[in-house]
Amino acid sequence: MSEHEHSIEVTHLQKNFGAFKAVNDVSFHVEKGEIFGYLGANGAGKSTTIRMLCGLLAPSSGVAIVAGSDVGKRPDLVKKSIGYMSQKFSLYLDLTVQQNLEFFGGIYGAWGKELCARIDRALTEVSMTDLRNEMTGALPGGLRQRLALGSALLHRPAIVFLDEPTAGVDPASRRDFWRLIRTLASGGTTVFVTTHYMDEAEYCARIGLMVAGKLVALDTPAELKRTLVPGRMIRIEGLGVLKALPKLRARDGVIAAQGFGTGLHVRIDPKRLEEGVLGEICAAAGAQVSRVETVEPTLEDVFLAAADGGAEAAIRGAEKAA
Amino acid sequence: MTEANEPALVADALWRRYEKNEAVRGVSFSIARGELYGLVGPDGAGKTTTLRMLAGLVRPTSGTVRVLGVDPFGKGSAKVRDVLGLVPQEHSLYGDLSIQENLDFFRSLYGLSAKDYATRRDRLLEITRLGPFLSRRAAQLSGGMYKKLALSCALLHQPEVLLLDEPTNGVDPVSRRELWELIYEFVDQGMCVVVSTPYMDEAARCHRVALMHAGRFLREGEPSALVRGFAGTTAEIEGGDREALHQLVTTLPEIVAASPAGAKLRVVIVPNGQAAVAQRVAALGAHLVPSPPDFEDLFLFEINAATHAEAVRAA
Repeated sequence: MSEHEHSIEVTHLQKNFGAFKAVNDVSFHVEKGEIFGYLGANGAGKSTTIRMLCGLLAPSSGVAIVAGSDVGKRPDLVKKSIGYMSQKFSLYLDLTVQQNLEFFGGIYGAWGKELCARIDRALTEVSMTDLRNEMTGALPGGLRQRLALGSALLHRPAIVFLDEPTAGVDPASRRDFWRLIRTLASGGTTVFVTTHYMDEAEYCARIGLMVAGKLVALDTPAELKRTLVPGRMIRIEGLGVLKALPKLRARDGVIAAQGFGTGLHVRIDPKRLEEGVLGEICAAAGAQVSRVETVEPTLEDVFLAAADGGAEAAIRGAEKAA
Repeated sequence: MTEANEPALVADALWRRYEKNEAVRGVSFSIARGELYGLVGPDGAGKTTTLRMLAGLVRPTSGTVRVLGVDPFGKGSAKVRDVLGLVPQEHSLYGDLSIQENLDFFRSLYGLSAKDYATRRDRLLEITRLGPFLSRRAAQLSGGMYKKLALSCALLHQPEVLLLDEPTNGVDPVSRRELWELIYEFVDQGMCVVVSTPYMDEAARCHRVALMHAGRFLREGEPSALVRGFAGTTAEIEGGDREALHQLVTTLPEIVAASPAGAKLRVVIVPNGQAAVAQRVAALGAHLVPSPPDFEDLFLFEINAATHAEAVRAA
């Protein structure tokens, strides 16, 4: 594939704030129509990266080509080809759905029949055609989120940047929102998304993991699980199992142990430890174990491993991928 | 003060109307000291209004609240402000003050001794990893960092009753765990904590949880007991093409919700719908493997059922 078919091409991108390297020598590319997830802890540099890619913040060094234009040299062209929706999106609550879209469409320079057609298309894309005359302030948060996405799509951007689009959204509305994102991507729009919901990250074709300004891993969800959380993942359920964590962590053959929802995720080296021993350790710590089973690791396991000392392994993985 | 075995919080037939909107429609509950109580529900269910009434910020249209035996809208309201902490969803800090200055401000507000303040502040900064950013102004913090600071400011004071309105929105998975460990620690020491959250894994770890919808409680109880009473079926679809299967299941009336779980697709199915779904996915070369339900499955199922019942009533 030639370089120009990449929607986003980032090479040694860097942003310094004084001595602080918010984004530190980051390189990656995103393909057309790909759902690309950008994960990391608060303050890891995700939003700073997005601001640079949207042409809102000039890089300190390095190059980012977004939709064919250099963000450092032609931020004006970049802005025309992208849509952006942040966690703190802005809509006028005292305008109707239709009026909000007319306002944002006007900002992007559309008018008359063209604007009407674009609004109709955007409303269809976010499944809100029945709601066009509703007052925005009266809509529940999940629908406002969809409207914000609709307004980011009005000018037919080739790429949309979604910065924590589902923060604070309930599980049912999050699924609705992701259905829209998947449809967009299958229509050829490139989606660059950040989220703190690790179950949502499963929707991404590839994921980049940021730790303290560095991109420490970049791969498909399945590969990240394979490389960053090696060993066998065991889920333990039962009353009081959390109490067993220190004992489990001290046990030879246990690579990592974490509380996970109401149970535990314990990662073991199967060559050094039998799975059955784990239940005994928990029982000895006073827990009533109800289930011990091998499970597929989740992306939350990946995130915890990368953020928590697994970063070195992650860096090796990223070097291999690059 | 009050007896140790007296509930920390009691709400009796709480009702709140805003013009035509019935935000909360008659909820009653009682929460003990040392209990962690979760409020979950879709947007607009009435969670924030309930928390505001408990805090004495919004007067109920009818019904009563007692905080450690005291009516927050009566003569003892000053007492309630001493023992109760509230972390609202947004804007509880001074944007033009730095992290350090916000903490100092809350220290003087609560009149903490230098020693208590130093110990608690250092501990909170370590857990939240905000230490390196002390001079950054609150307005310039990311959503997650802001949340961590807001919770830290409330915990400085170690109130007996703490109300948290979606404290972990925008907080990354590592910090989220750490904040919850901190909350548990205070609960273990006897703090009564009421928390609303869109994270179902957090709800599942509460002692008791209330599932709210349209101003009412649909369910209330221990999360594990509620999950045992789950009437639907949870299954994972294995084999076949995940994308094609995802397309298919969103069209099936028996499917309440679907989400990817690795290479598989996790689905929540209505009661007695399993056979029909199995048949349809088999046509795409895949099969259903039953999977133990979790609290999120219960949430999706109950909210779906309640929304349908409402639509039927409206029709």
